[in-house]
Amino acid sequence: MNKVLENPNPKIYPKLEEKLGTDTECENIIRNTNEFDARGIFELLRNINDPEHPLTLEQLNVIEQNLIEVDNENNEINVKFTPTIPHCSMATLIGLSIRTQLLRTIPGRFKVSVTINPGTHIAEIAVNKQLADKERVAAALENKFLLTVIDQCLENTVQS
Amino acid sequence: MGLLELQQNLVGHKGRVWNVCWHPSGESIASCGEDKTIRIWTHDKSKWVIKTILTEAHTRTIREVSWSPCGNYIASASFDATVAIWDQKSGQFECNTTLEGHENEVKSVSWSVCGNYLATCSRDKSVWVWGMGVDEYECEDVINAHTQDVKKVKWHPDKLILASASYDDTVKIFDMEQHTNHWICASSLVSHTSTVWSLSFDRTGDRLVTCSDDKTLKIWQEYKPGNEVGIPTPDNEPIWKCVCTLSGYHSRTIYDVDWCKKTGLIVTACGDDIIRVFREEGDSDIHQPTFSLVCSMDNAHTQDVNCSQWNPCIPGLIVSASDDGTVKVWTYSD
Repeated sequence: MNKVLENPNPKIYPKLEEKLGTDTECENIIRNTNEFDARGIFELLRNINDPEHPLTLEQLNVIEQNLIEVDNENNEINVKFTPTIPHCSMATLIGLSIRTQLLRTIPGRFKVSVTINPGTHIAEIAVNKQLADKERVAAALENKFLLTVIDQCLENTVQS
Repeated sequence: MGLLELQQNLVGHKGRVWNVCWHPSGESIASCGEDKTIRIWTHDKSKWVIKTILTEAHTRTIREVSWSPCGNYIASASFDATVAIWDQKSGQFECNTTLEGHENEVKSVSWSVCGNYLATCSRDKSVWVWGMGVDEYECEDVINAHTQDVKKVKWHPDKLILASASYDDTVKIFDMEQHTNHWICASSLVSHTSTVWSLSFDRTGDRLVTCSDDKTLKIWQEYKPGNEVGIPTPDNEPIWKCVCTLSGYHSRTIYDVDWCKKTGLIVTACGDDIIRVFREEGDSDIHQPTFSLVCSMDNAHTQDVNCSQWNPCIPGLIVSASDDGTVKVWTYSD
């Protein structure tokens, strides 16, 4: 994107030690559909690109393993993400990218929720409501322009 | 406790099925979804079979289908911002009319009981009322009463009164002002704390049930001017009051609710994959009614249930639609 950056100097965080590095191991996360854990979900999301910076959501600390909850018994996955700044206008787009990546890689039986880490964004309630509305998410993903942007964010992630 | 038994699983749609609608005779079902098709299923001897697949009228997801009261027309609302009207003058269903005007996704469409009016609503926050002239539909009014995405429109069972539910957490009731022919908001129903996804009138039209993302059902009672319980009606207009909230029964968003005109039973479609049936207690006070859960069908579908509707003629028959791509027909018995 060629416009003025909203957050020109984001803090960059070190990457987590690559415990699951190889493609085969990443594939196992997806194929083993019975048992998911926070580490596996983190692996699916860590390499999503930030819409503004040539950095991943992991490097910007938007995604953290300890903010991911997986309940295999009740088929629930809850992901909290932290926008880089409290007035980040990209928060909905980032949330939508996370949601799309999970829609594409996680079996349909899971109920996935993607929300803003409480207290880290000024429009937290409005963004959360929009990301939880599956009808609006479905409509957004039929928008070709938006889908192109999301696909760019997801180009380096584990594919289904 | 009541019993819900699966009569048949109707498979054919590709992807999520958003909505199903019974033909007024109760003998056919129309379904629609993200595959941009409408499927019509009919009852042949002892089984439901696919009769027709309607395609090519919409370029995006079909969110809702609705049969006209005479059963000769189908209206379909789509994310492509249009509503298609299908007729069978040629002997088969064909789309000969497309209603355009909404700025973006059309979420719902409903026929008035006389069949002369259609209402549509959209993410553009507006509700449109269309009148049927000589083989032509004309937009009679654009109502901008909601402040957010409008999810559902539904007409009163026998009067020209319209109700709408919205992402702005409210339900609104509209009435035509006689001398101007404009539709005005007669009542705003405020109580839900998140998106209201659907609503349904009871058989009299004096009561409404609404369902929401806040995981509750609410029962609303209309009080007309001069009502015997002394509820004040400012402006001499009827007012709607929430007389009952059913909370603690649903664990996720409730996407649809239908109040059976024959039996008085209420059925809900929920994001926790469960279909639930509620019955009003026999000694229930109309001003403070009590309802009890009489059936809860776990894993009714393998994903979110988007729609559940009672057959208009056969008591106890339910059709449901889900994100799992299936349509299911159920029989409820006490």
